[in-house]
Amino acid sequence: MPRLVPLSALQHYAFCPRQCALIHNEQLWVENYLTAQGNLLHQRVDSGEPETRRGVRFERGVQVSAPSLRLSGKLDLLEHELATAKLTPVEYKRGKPKVGNWDRVQLCAQALCLEEMLSTQVNDGALWYWQTRHREAVLFDEELRGQTLAVIADVITLFDRGVTPKAEFDKRCKACSLMDQCNPKLLQTDRSVQYVSGLFQTEFE
Amino acid sequence: MKQLQNCLYITKDGAYLHKQRETLLVEQRIEGKKHKLLQVPIHSIGAIFCFGNVLVSPQVMGFCGERGTGLAFFDQFGRFQARVVGQQHGNVLLRRAQYQFSDEQQLTFVKGLVGAKLQSSRAVLQRHLRNHGAVTEVKQASARLKQIIESLPVQRSIDSVRGYEGEGAKHYFSVFGQLITNPKFEFNGRNRRPPKDPINAMLSFLYAIWGKELSGALQGVGLDPQVGWLHTERPGRDSLAQDLLEEFRAYVIDRLVLTLVNRKQVKPKDFITDVSGAVSMSDEARKTVLQAYQSRKLETINHPFLDEQVEIGLLPHLQAMLLSRHIRGDLASYPPFCMR
Repeated sequence: MPRLVPLSALQHYAFCPRQCALIHNEQLWVENYLTAQGNLLHQRVDSGEPETRRGVRFERGVQVSAPSLRLSGKLDLLEHELATAKLTPVEYKRGKPKVGNWDRVQLCAQALCLEEMLSTQVNDGALWYWQTRHREAVLFDEELRGQTLAVIADVITLFDRGVTPKAEFDKRCKACSLMDQCNPKLLQTDRSVQYVSGLFQTEFE
Repeated sequence: MKQLQNCLYITKDGAYLHKQRETLLVEQRIEGKKHKLLQVPIHSIGAIFCFGNVLVSPQVMGFCGERGTGLAFFDQFGRFQARVVGQQHGNVLLRRAQYQFSDEQQLTFVKGLVGAKLQSSRAVLQRHLRNHGAVTEVKQASARLKQIIESLPVQRSIDSVRGYEGEGAKHYFSVFGQLITNPKFEFNGRNRRPPKDPINAMLSFLYAIWGKELSGALQGVGLDPQVGWLHTERPGRDSLAQDLLEEFRAYVIDRLVLTLVNRKQVKPKDFITDVSGAVSMSDEARKTVLQAYQSRKLETINHPFLDEQVEIGLLPHLQAMLLSRHIRGDLASYPPFCMR
């Protein structure tokens, strides 16, 4: 049984491949206020009992996997329209809509899991942004599916090779909870060899 | 930057530690009545060191294990007895790389370590020479250390580096007694198991505690503290923690002991001598030493490799982090801590 890729890893990879390797291969995890806030939000949405309103059943914290794609994870919310059997995965995000396609890729990966588990077609999902109180509908078209499969392949390669990518220091690092353990600034230029050779020199007396 | 959390040192005989909601409660029974000695938020504690007969509830142990809070037990003489470790977790790739550390890497690592150690030892001697004028033997020892340091790079085997390390330590300790300006204490070379004079008792005690901090820090980054390269593996020995201890002996511990003695913060009557000649600290002395150690850990220095202001107490964690990054290939060499 090959190792399954958690859906969250796609998001980490999107943010920074090195962060993804540090979390999933090197097993580092540090709470910062961003992750803590995310946890609280998720506790709120995951803990709800399933409920049915106006013909739609809402299930929270649904566990899914797609062994053929080596994916596994959890859905924040799955909306199940009873009359049509239509499934809509919904993902809660702490922040606001991002420029990149990353949140959509993660949602699409969730849809791929549902499709594999239930042998059905999942056409669209939704992203719910806490900071802006905004719900965005996402259509799982061919383009997004292709992009999602490409990212999954990249993450699987990262997992299987077990190599941690080199650090690149930029503005993303400020928001990263692993900054202290990753040390991007320190590792930008490796001065360790000169430092060690300096240990064997004694000052002239 | 990892916060330097408070360490708790429990030296009260018969103290009982238990958890009450999110606080840590230290109590003592006196004539059957409970007395509260201390109550602190449990999340503010980084490590707990218990000396002598101290009882700890399973809930506290579980909490420490889960959060990676160090919890170690020492007997009343400060000898290490046990450490509480939680579930094995962490970085299996890192540990595997640690076990596969090549001969070449090991030799480079050991050379750097011994270089850093002897430089720091020599710095202690040089400091004394600067402050107290030239003392012939001290000067000679320092010159000999200089020669040894300079001959390290060409060494071809770990054994020969070990030989030089031993020789360097011998020269250093042969004059260490001359750095003691308090006439009430004398030191005629290093001895241990058991220590036979107050200076050796303090050195052994503090080396042991700092070694435990290093073990905890190594485990914190996911390294196996038992697999080192300067110290050979031996069941029950934290070889890697002992390896890293070499970088810190002179700068952190030896200097602290010198300060305690030369500033007359400890007195000969603070020490107890057994019939066998073994010397241990009285509770009073242990308290003084631990307080001084705790303040030493709060001192801020500029880290020679990171070039950042850091507290001395964070050094174990920083060096463990640097070593893990070297073993995982982020850094070409491991930069040992070295203050000159």
